[in-house]
Amino acid sequence: MSIDTSRVATSNKTAANAAKPSKAGAAAQWADERLGLAAMGKKNLRKVFPDHWSFMLGEIALWSFVVLLLSGVFLTLWFRPSMAEVTYQGSYNPMRGLQMSEAFSSALNISFDVRGGLLMRQMHHWAAMLFIAAMMIHLLRVFFTGAHRKPRELNWVIGSLLLLLGTLEGFTGYSLPDDLLSGTGIRAADGFIKSIPIVGSYISFFLFGGEFPGESIIPRLYTIHVLLIPGLLLALIAAHMLLLVYHKHTQWAGPGRTEDNVVGYPMLPVYAAKAGGFFFIVFGVTALMGGLLSINPVWKFGPYDPTKVTAGSQPDWYMGWPDGALRIMPGWESHFWGSTWSWNIFLPIIVLPGLLFTVVLLLPFIEGWITGDKREHHLLQRPRNAPTRTATMVALMTLYGLFWTAGGNDIIAIRLHASINQITYFLRAAVFIGPVIAFLVTRRICISLQRHDNDLLLHGYETGVIMRTPEGSYYEKHLPISDVEAYTLTVRDRSAEQLTPAAGPDTNGVPAPQSKLGGLREKIRTLYYADDIDKPTHAELEEARHHAAHEAHELAALDGHSAEGHHFDGRHPVAEEPIRPEHHH
Amino acid sequence: MRLLNRSAGRLSRHRRGPVAGLVVLLLGLLLTGGLYAAVSPSSSASSAEDDQALVKQGRELFLVGCAFCHGQNAEGQTDVNGKLIGPSLVGVGAAAVNFQVGTGRMPLAAPGQQGPAKPQTYSDDEISALAAYVASLAPGPAIPTEADYSTDGMTDAERQEAVVRGGQIFLTNCTACHNFTGAGGAMPRGGYAPSILNTSPRHIYEAMLTGPGPMDVFSNGNLSPDEKRDVIAYIQTMREQPSFGGFSLGNMGPVSEGLFAWLVGLGTCVAFAIWIAAHTTRSSKKKESQA
Repeated sequence: MSIDTSRVATSNKTAANAAKPSKAGAAAQWADERLGLAAMGKKNLRKVFPDHWSFMLGEIALWSFVVLLLSGVFLTLWFRPSMAEVTYQGSYNPMRGLQMSEAFSSALNISFDVRGGLLMRQMHHWAAMLFIAAMMIHLLRVFFTGAHRKPRELNWVIGSLLLLLGTLEGFTGYSLPDDLLSGTGIRAADGFIKSIPIVGSYISFFLFGGEFPGESIIPRLYTIHVLLIPGLLLALIAAHMLLLVYHKHTQWAGPGRTEDNVVGYPMLPVYAAKAGGFFFIVFGVTALMGGLLSINPVWKFGPYDPTKVTAGSQPDWYMGWPDGALRIMPGWESHFWGSTWSWNIFLPIIVLPGLLFTVVLLLPFIEGWITGDKREHHLLQRPRNAPTRTATMVALMTLYGLFWTAGGNDIIAIRLHASINQITYFLRAAVFIGPVIAFLVTRRICISLQRHDNDLLLHGYETGVIMRTPEGSYYEKHLPISDVEAYTLTVRDRSAEQLTPAAGPDTNGVPAPQSKLGGLREKIRTLYYADDIDKPTHAELEEARHHAAHEAHELAALDGHSAEGHHFDGRHPVAEEPIRPEHHH
Repeated sequence: MRLLNRSAGRLSRHRRGPVAGLVVLLLGLLLTGGLYAAVSPSSSASSAEDDQALVKQGRELFLVGCAFCHGQNAEGQTDVNGKLIGPSLVGVGAAAVNFQVGTGRMPLAAPGQQGPAKPQTYSDDEISALAAYVASLAPGPAIPTEADYSTDGMTDAERQEAVVRGGQIFLTNCTACHNFTGAGGAMPRGGYAPSILNTSPRHIYEAMLTGPGPMDVFSNGNLSPDEKRDVIAYIQTMREQPSFGGFSLGNMGPVSEGLFAWLVGLGTCVAFAIWIAAHTTRSSKKKESQA
């Protein structure tokens, strides 16, 4: 076999005998000989990531976590997690001479006497809000696109745990400054714990080291906030990222993209620049918010004192939805054998969040059980192509949103001049009815969009060109979509492929044994795929193609000419083309 | 001396006369009357007349604008079902009138859960007349003067202490309904504790004194006049101090902070993510078309 010399590169003749290495090269050499960086780097520096904006939502969470670590370290240098009583002598006049805890005094000190302290406090708080919000939209993206399916179920579980831990981390941080708002929050948490039947008051005494508020809670929360949960978060984030590298990133379907490859750009130089740049953007956004938007102005709340409370006492947004459930819960309470069972607190704030979190945690497994799908999936699904899944998440979002609304019921009442009672009555019903409506509507929208995709495949896109037949009737001309688009639209399973039939009768006609649970599962699976619109068959597509080719001559006259609509439908290059050809008289 | 003795003797001769007692009585009355006329303020007589006129003017205004709900003698009214349509104003005092009419809450534009503050309907003189009329019905809290709520004349240290003390009273008694900056809060069935961010010191004082609507009465036995003054000093300090943290986001607490975190914070970050994903060194149209 001869070698085609024209294909051999001619530009790197010196590659075989490298010149004396540069200083950087020497340093790299030194490190490689000791750490084996080259072998690791060779594989990972060119690791390919697919390009899509929705794949960067998790990055917002990651980078805001970095901001949290940086600003958090700054705050620990001045914050004193102590309930010892001191007399404030700092520079904020309206509080000077007041008795307060050392924790609150140091929070005021950070805000008014430490250079850049208020900026750092506000950045830390805004980054926390952003961290959890970004995790949530990342979760939504993953679920809506089916990226939680095999083999990524465990990474979903890790992500859910991150969301839970992030929320707890936020709550402990909210409680630390010992201002009126955080003290009210701790008081509420104490009530939540005490609502747990039988053991609640013991847990509360254990946590607070006695009766509320005591002297222990702030130092204990501090240890949890700066050591325990951040450690767990770091470990879980590391596991999350390692699994991401191991599984490789999912990608959108398209020509050349299969279940076995990843099409995108390499880590170096493209993604290192993109992700690194994005860190600075997230940092910048947080810094701007910290500098311009006031958050948790502790000096307005004053030191915590159990005799005080303020209107507008709300948790941070991520705890808003259980708070909302608590606000709209009727005041049910029972007494058994001398113990009080506070359903009014226990159900909305302990049972409901636990239940919903478990549901979220198990979503991939529930879906896997229903569909019985054991295949690996690296190509993403469009939300419309899994109508029941999409509708389920929209129903959950609706539930979340309604509870959220309830959490701000007083603010809504005063800002919209509404009655807080009527808002409460409305929401009591809406949290049950709303998700059902959302589920049904979303499911139908998804199915309609599937129909629309089929229309695109079989009848082409709407050109905006109105045709007049010789008889004088009008219709809009449709043109076939490109092969790339057609391919992308047709990369999906048929429901027949998804509905793997249960084992039928064997060769002797004896029906396969079926458990009761198996029967239920078959029924749910049928409902899960019910009304799905399948993509057109090969025969249908061929017929449509043939039909389009037959009609193509009708538009032949337009070839090479600009025409309204047709050329400006976003599917043709229009650079340097005027809307109409110039007329020469 | 002889002359004096002689005249005294002459007078003395009449001391047991039949008209002597009468003459002494008349002389005594003339003396006290004359002295009173000389010493007492000359305006007194006309001021009482003015007060009477003011009360009369107030009553006339009252009959036209207020009596429909509060009754012709301010005794309060109920409708046929026994529902109160206007409470009795006997004993509410001038302060209550000055607050309710001065902040535009009265007269009501429409019956409802709570009368909203609006531009005042009556002139200041008319409000004084109405207040005088209501005050004439029975004793009640008077309109506070500036000396009651002003911290002028205090040393800086005293004023500083007053603000700190007022802040604690404010956070204990006021924030539960009016929120931590006084931006207002919701009450049951569409009621609300209004924003006190722009309320005048006098009206704040009157509100504490008279407890309008669902608000508690903070009588002078409950919160002393000095403590009321301190609360007002704190509220004014909070108004005057700069917003240290940046835009206050409506001073509504964590709800508006959450809204900004999602819309501004996350919105900006996602917009940047879209921008970053749309820009790659290799995805520019020129290079693609060359390839």
